[in-house]
Amino acid sequence: MSESYEPAIIIKDLFKTFRIPVDKSNGIKQSLIRATRGRSGFREFKVLNDISFEVKKGEFFGIVGRNGSGKSTLLKLLAHIYVPDKGLIKINGSLTPFIELGVGFNPELTAQENVYLNGALLGFSRNEVDEIYDEIVSFAELEDFMSEKLKNFSSGMQVRLAFSIAIRAQSDILLMDEVLAVGDADFQKKCFNVFRQLKKEGRTIILVTHDMSNVEKFCDRVLVLDKGGILAITTPSKASSMYARLNIDDSKPADFSGREEVSRWGSGGIQIDKVSIKSAKDTISPILKFEDEFELTVRVKREEGYRQKKFDVGLAFINQDNVTVAGPNSSLVDFGSESNTVTYSLKKLPLQPGDYSVTVAIIDKDTNEPFDFYDRVISFHVISDKPAQGVVAIGGDWDAK
Amino acid sequence: MKLSNIFSRRNRILLRELVITDFKLRYQGSALGYLWSLLRPLFLFAIMYVVFGNFLRVGDAVEHFSVYLLLGVVFWTFFTEATNQGLASIVNHGDLIRKINFPKYIIVVSGSLSALINLALNLVIIVIFTVINGVHLHLSALLFPIYIVELYIFALSLAFFLSAAFVKFRDVSHIWEVLLLGAFYATPILYPLALVVKQAGSNVAQVLMMNPVAQIIQDARYSLVTHQTLRLYDLTSNLLIQVVPFLIVIFFAIFAGLYFKKHSGYFSENV
Repeated sequence: MSESYEPAIIIKDLFKTFRIPVDKSNGIKQSLIRATRGRSGFREFKVLNDISFEVKKGEFFGIVGRNGSGKSTLLKLLAHIYVPDKGLIKINGSLTPFIELGVGFNPELTAQENVYLNGALLGFSRNEVDEIYDEIVSFAELEDFMSEKLKNFSSGMQVRLAFSIAIRAQSDILLMDEVLAVGDADFQKKCFNVFRQLKKEGRTIILVTHDMSNVEKFCDRVLVLDKGGILAITTPSKASSMYARLNIDDSKPADFSGREEVSRWGSGGIQIDKVSIKSAKDTISPILKFEDEFELTVRVKREEGYRQKKFDVGLAFINQDNVTVAGPNSSLVDFGSESNTVTYSLKKLPLQPGDYSVTVAIIDKDTNEPFDFYDRVISFHVISDKPAQGVVAIGGDWDAK
Repeated sequence: MKLSNIFSRRNRILLRELVITDFKLRYQGSALGYLWSLLRPLFLFAIMYVVFGNFLRVGDAVEHFSVYLLLGVVFWTFFTEATNQGLASIVNHGDLIRKINFPKYIIVVSGSLSALINLALNLVIIVIFTVINGVHLHLSALLFPIYIVELYIFALSLAFFLSAAFVKFRDVSHIWEVLLLGAFYATPILYPLALVVKQAGSNVAQVLMMNPVAQIIQDARYSLVTHQTLRLYDLTSNLLIQVVPFLIVIFFAIFAGLYFKKHSGYFSENV
């Protein structure tokens, strides 16, 4: 037994700093000018600050954090793509070097040629790919398209193909960054089955993601990363509420600069300042009782020029299976033009036990365009002592004759 | 990076796939496809032969001038192809480097290998020309492969250095373009070295011959085409000068290897 307790990954006292050039162009002239002026020409940016943790063998380990928290850098350090400034990275067992799906895919080659190329990056020879080729194609459900050039594939098809190849990697540890973002519901279900299978086989999986529902569905433990440091290593449900809290407690305005993983967007002007759910105890993730009173409060912050603007609030209640259970909105109500706090309440919470997240949108009453759309800004947990069926309790009267 | 890993199974597989992909992509959509890598040096040779052989008559004193010229053109074509492809290789594969960990030298080697394959095909044409021209083969022809090895080592070393430097300084590609253009005329490819000796003296010719590519081309011509070819050893009996081109090759191989190794860990951040 003692052997199985050997960690798959040991990270100790890890530091990573990026040197970002002050000038955008990297030419010899700039270097010379900088040298003569005695400036380094670089701004130091500490991405990871003293990170230490261990991942057990066979564990499904999640890494979550906001944009810029350093989670992708951490993953790249694990994959030996980046060299750490200092610190220890110890990997026991073979590791799939894939950070993203479809690395090395070339749009000008056919899908078939890409399978061999991608396979080579995973360490498969031509003969070995020959053996698993049919499986890859049928799993990706792309039998009829393999002689097409990849550039004619939709992004969903590309991801399906890439995923089908990546899961053939016979390594002990798999690193994955936001892999589940694409693909239709059916394919996602297939992916989840593969994950369960990999987990059963005792492989170690590191998943970096924004999607809390996936974290709660699969992960055994979750590392919450914030501003380059470890906030906590905890259970998925706790991590999920910490993540939600991180997003809302950040007083800085949201970044609308068009990052890849947008979880918050909108035109600005009126922004969500704080979202809270009334509960008996002041925990990070409120625990509510089925059919109890429910009260959710949204506080907004108005920018100059938006003081008199009217807005609507739209909510989406999303359960752990990623299903939007209900989407109440205030479009039939007039808040007046100066309100800054909006409350949504229910006398009897109809949601069945489970974990829920709420997406909040502040919408311009005149144009219907969102000022601020905040995906899964808060989450809560519903408990019940009654037997439950379905997602919501719809009530109703029974009559017999 | 352990030396034993250089040709480990995984790296061999990857190298092979990269070379294949490179070939497929380069001639995709062109009707003559791969033939172009043969036609390009042949056309260059044909133009030069007409201009320098027929009009300027620089090669009248040289036995088998057409083969002599072709060999120089083919060697030079390989040298520019291998260094240019090597130079851009790391930056061109930036996407790969940012997302997957693998030995970076594979990329540079794969770029030089496709140039090497082209060289091999062009050598077949040289052999055909040699036969057509009725060149008398000397025993020295056995040395010919050695010069190809030397040329490959020199081109690969430069490719390693240039590719790593190009990640940091994007001026490198322009500098190299200019240097290659100058070096083309400073290398006795179009004109026989004897012409330099006659016009500018032996010292100038010796300086030109310090360039390893010049030394390689002249030695290769001597070994295969004609013993009339002037070599560095014919210009000076000073052994210390005679070994300079070889020392330059060795120096660059070591320097480029160390430089590349030092910087390769940070390609993923800087590329």
